[in-house]
Amino acid sequence: MDEIMSKNNSEYLIERNDNVYEVVIGLEVHAQVTSNSKLFSSSSTKFGAEPNTQVSLVDAAFPGMLPVINEFCVKQAIKTGIGLRAKINNKSVFDRKNYFYADLPQGYQISQYKYPIVGEGNVILDMPEGQKQVGIERLHLEQDAGKSIHDIDPSNTLVDLNRSGVALMEIVSKPDLRSPDEVNAYIKKLRSIMRYLGTCDGNMQEGSLRADVNVSVRIKGSTDLGTRCEIKNVNSIKFMQMAIIYEANRQVDLIEEGQEIDQETRLFDTKKNETRSMRSKEDAHDYRYFPDPDLLPLEITDEFIDKLKSEIPELPDDKKKRFIDEFKVSSYDATILVSDIDTAKYFEEVVAKMGKNRDMKLAVNWITGELFAVLNEKNIEIAQSPISAKNLAKLINLIKNGTISGKIAKTIFELMLDGDIDPQIIVEEKGLKQESDPKALEALIDKIINDNREKAIEYKQGKEKLFGFFVGQAMKASGGKANPQLINEILKKKL
Amino acid sequence: MSEITSLTLYELIKNIKEKKISSNEAAKSFVDRADKSKKINAYVTENFENCLKLSKEFDDKPNFDLKLPGIPIAVKDLFCTYEVRTTAGSNILNNFVPTYESTVTQNIWNEGGILLGKLNCDEFAMGSSNETSFFGNVQNPIAKDLVPGGSSGGSSAALAANLTPVTIGTDTGGSIRQPASFTGTVGLKPTYGSCSRYGIVAFASSLDQAGPMSKDVKDSSILLEVISSFDKKDSTSIDFKRNNYSSELTRNIKGLKIGIPKEYRVDGMPDEIEKLWKKGIEYAKDCGAEIIDISLPHTSYALPTYYIVAPAEASSNLARYDGVKYGLRSSGKNLIDMYEKTRSEGFGEEVKRRVMIGTYVLSSGYYDAYYLKAQKVRQLIKRDFDQAYNKVDAILTPSTPSSAFKIGEKSNDPVSMYLNDIFTVPVNLAGLPGISIPAGVDKNNYPLGLQIIGKPFDEQTVLNIAYSMEEKINYKNNITDWWMK
Repeated sequence: MDEIMSKNNSEYLIERNDNVYEVVIGLEVHAQVTSNSKLFSSSSTKFGAEPNTQVSLVDAAFPGMLPVINEFCVKQAIKTGIGLRAKINNKSVFDRKNYFYADLPQGYQISQYKYPIVGEGNVILDMPEGQKQVGIERLHLEQDAGKSIHDIDPSNTLVDLNRSGVALMEIVSKPDLRSPDEVNAYIKKLRSIMRYLGTCDGNMQEGSLRADVNVSVRIKGSTDLGTRCEIKNVNSIKFMQMAIIYEANRQVDLIEEGQEIDQETRLFDTKKNETRSMRSKEDAHDYRYFPDPDLLPLEITDEFIDKLKSEIPELPDDKKKRFIDEFKVSSYDATILVSDIDTAKYFEEVVAKMGKNRDMKLAVNWITGELFAVLNEKNIEIAQSPISAKNLAKLINLIKNGTISGKIAKTIFELMLDGDIDPQIIVEEKGLKQESDPKALEALIDKIINDNREKAIEYKQGKEKLFGFFVGQAMKASGGKANPQLINEILKKKL
Repeated sequence: MSEITSLTLYELIKNIKEKKISSNEAAKSFVDRADKSKKINAYVTENFENCLKLSKEFDDKPNFDLKLPGIPIAVKDLFCTYEVRTTAGSNILNNFVPTYESTVTQNIWNEGGILLGKLNCDEFAMGSSNETSFFGNVQNPIAKDLVPGGSSGGSSAALAANLTPVTIGTDTGGSIRQPASFTGTVGLKPTYGSCSRYGIVAFASSLDQAGPMSKDVKDSSILLEVISSFDKKDSTSIDFKRNNYSSELTRNIKGLKIGIPKEYRVDGMPDEIEKLWKKGIEYAKDCGAEIIDISLPHTSYALPTYYIVAPAEASSNLARYDGVKYGLRSSGKNLIDMYEKTRSEGFGEEVKRRVMIGTYVLSSGYYDAYYLKAQKVRQLIKRDFDQAYNKVDAILTPSTPSSAFKIGEKSNDPVSMYLNDIFTVPVNLAGLPGISIPAGVDKNNYPLGLQIIGKPFDEQTVLNIAYSMEEKINYKNNITDWWMK
């Protein structure tokens, strides 16, 4: 394998012989709509239920059963469209996508083909080299299929229809992505926007977010699109990136060998880390799309859209701007803080609780530093943080007003983890209050100088690095509680 | 009362309300007659014991405020009925017992009706002679070895043979009106969206509509009043103000304008149909209606349009019968093999033919030329009617281009079979109400029907014209009960 050129940014280029290739990526993200009931039936959508316990007669396609649109899911799709700064179509149509499979009870999936509910929009990515806009082609509503289980019974495939009929939003991007890093940023941004809106929980482990990845390559600088391959149903960002890297290199190799790339559908084998042909263009299904005669076209008025617009919360891009303007945090910090709605909420709560004399830099550092480390270590979300925003704000204020040093604060932080204990109580109970009484400190320092006369003389003779020794002794003697600034001042005076 | 079974619904209700006949007596009469009428082959599934039991329960605790107080009624086997087998005339649903009830039948039971049983029909309602049913041919009570029409052939035969006081059918391209015409009975297809499709085995969703079949017009008005309702479970159901069709029924149609579309005078139409139509025009005039010549220019495209749209929808609607969840499953080496065997063995020839036509017209490369074009033509056909209704209140045509034919006569000639629907399909394509009433007989004494087509949601005018003309025509079936001899 040739070297992959790597710069200090998100660019991804493949060099072969004298040719430099770029990769062109488009994503079809399938996002499960957050909704208690399914797209066309009243069955529950709760994850993890016993197989076939959340299946209505409609979901199982019994004779004479008819779909009835779930208005809530429509609202969710429109809200998502608004979040993607996209055009909401006043009229959209549900079509039938016909194919046979054991976990597709109707023998067709109800989807939207020619007339989706949401049209063109865009998403802003914050990349190390700056912002990048990724175009959204469309968003449409469709039903999920059931699940075929091949590994329980040795001779039969079992079918679980709990997922059958669950509402999905298929969000199709334009072929605007150029690297695995951008794909990572795109998925995370999409997820972030939908979590802000409450329209998709973005849980990739539970399959709430999956993507088909379209990959093609071309000589860098070319404006023509190469022949693309579609990698089906990849369910983690890491796998998407691995699949893209494998697939892009495979395509470059083929081109370099003078071969043609077949437009085909491929699967990503996560164990072997390779993509494999699933079906060629010739074998592609003819889905025989046609408007579902059981459903009327979906008509949405401007008033309805405006009302939903008024319900849209502040979204990541606006929040970031406000954090920078209002809280004077850096663009970098703001990006981190707004990336997840719960982090942003936590940060804002800390800010509120810190009161007038707030220290933003301390707040950002403690959240993105100590707190994130703990969350990572415990593998939990910030919503389950063992330390409440209120108590973290208190801790920060204790540092800010000089009650404790930053070093002691770290000790207190560790103690707070055990049941979200108020740091003020820890300070008092453990006597961790910083010693800032100059008289007490002077006495303490006098004793140290007295006990280390020789070193004091050496210092006076010019061995200046001994100053640190005296600071260390003073801190040790105070049990770490001495105000370091005062110690410095007194030592300088006395020595 | 030996002739309970020959009473009209209206008369039966009256007798039950006046306690001259009990519900149980009525049920027994129909059950007895059905037992002697097996040769008709009207029933696919009998619900006799349960019907007798329920009728007794009704008599013990009667409620005469209901619109169908303790009335035993047999229905087409396309309506899903709770815990009573529902086959749609197909082998693939041979063993299917619903756990739910169609809205239309539920409406009937809510008003006191009691299920007698499920009536034979063409497989998935695809046919015009009831010969495509997995459960065999149905005899037309009019004469031996005559088809009763289709697809609601079991329903029309049961009605004409006095096996049920009224019945319900479904009409996708004429499946209520054509069998009514063939058996000398009345059949009404309401406006699309009047009667809920919930729980009716789907054939072509944009065309299917349930409707009443009865011995006379008044009975159809009573039954329509019961079955027509807005239903949230059917997204194509329409929430419009429904009349009290039976109490608003009137023979006063003076001044109504009735259109005669010249395009319905088709090539090769038998003389007697032409004569019947002329006679009908005279009757309408006698009733005080004004006759106006109109044009429905796209009529000749209706049949080809229908035979694209209906199979296209059917090919998709029937995809659910795959052996996976319910109904017939043949064993196969793998999933595809199982599908192929199940559907090969489960579906009859006509259903397969239409599934193939439908799949073809929706295929990529053919979609625009067939399905899309058919949808456009459908709009033109609809527009023809819209324009005609600027000038007239209703339209009068023959119901069918011929009277009932012999069993087997057309079963190997699908195109000639499809031609049966030539006068009825435009009404489905335009979503309009249409009724067929008996108006005379042909040279063999077989009944012939006239069709009255109305404006959308104007079932009342259709019924009123039919009611008025019915009196003037004064048609009586001459049924000899030949099958009992």
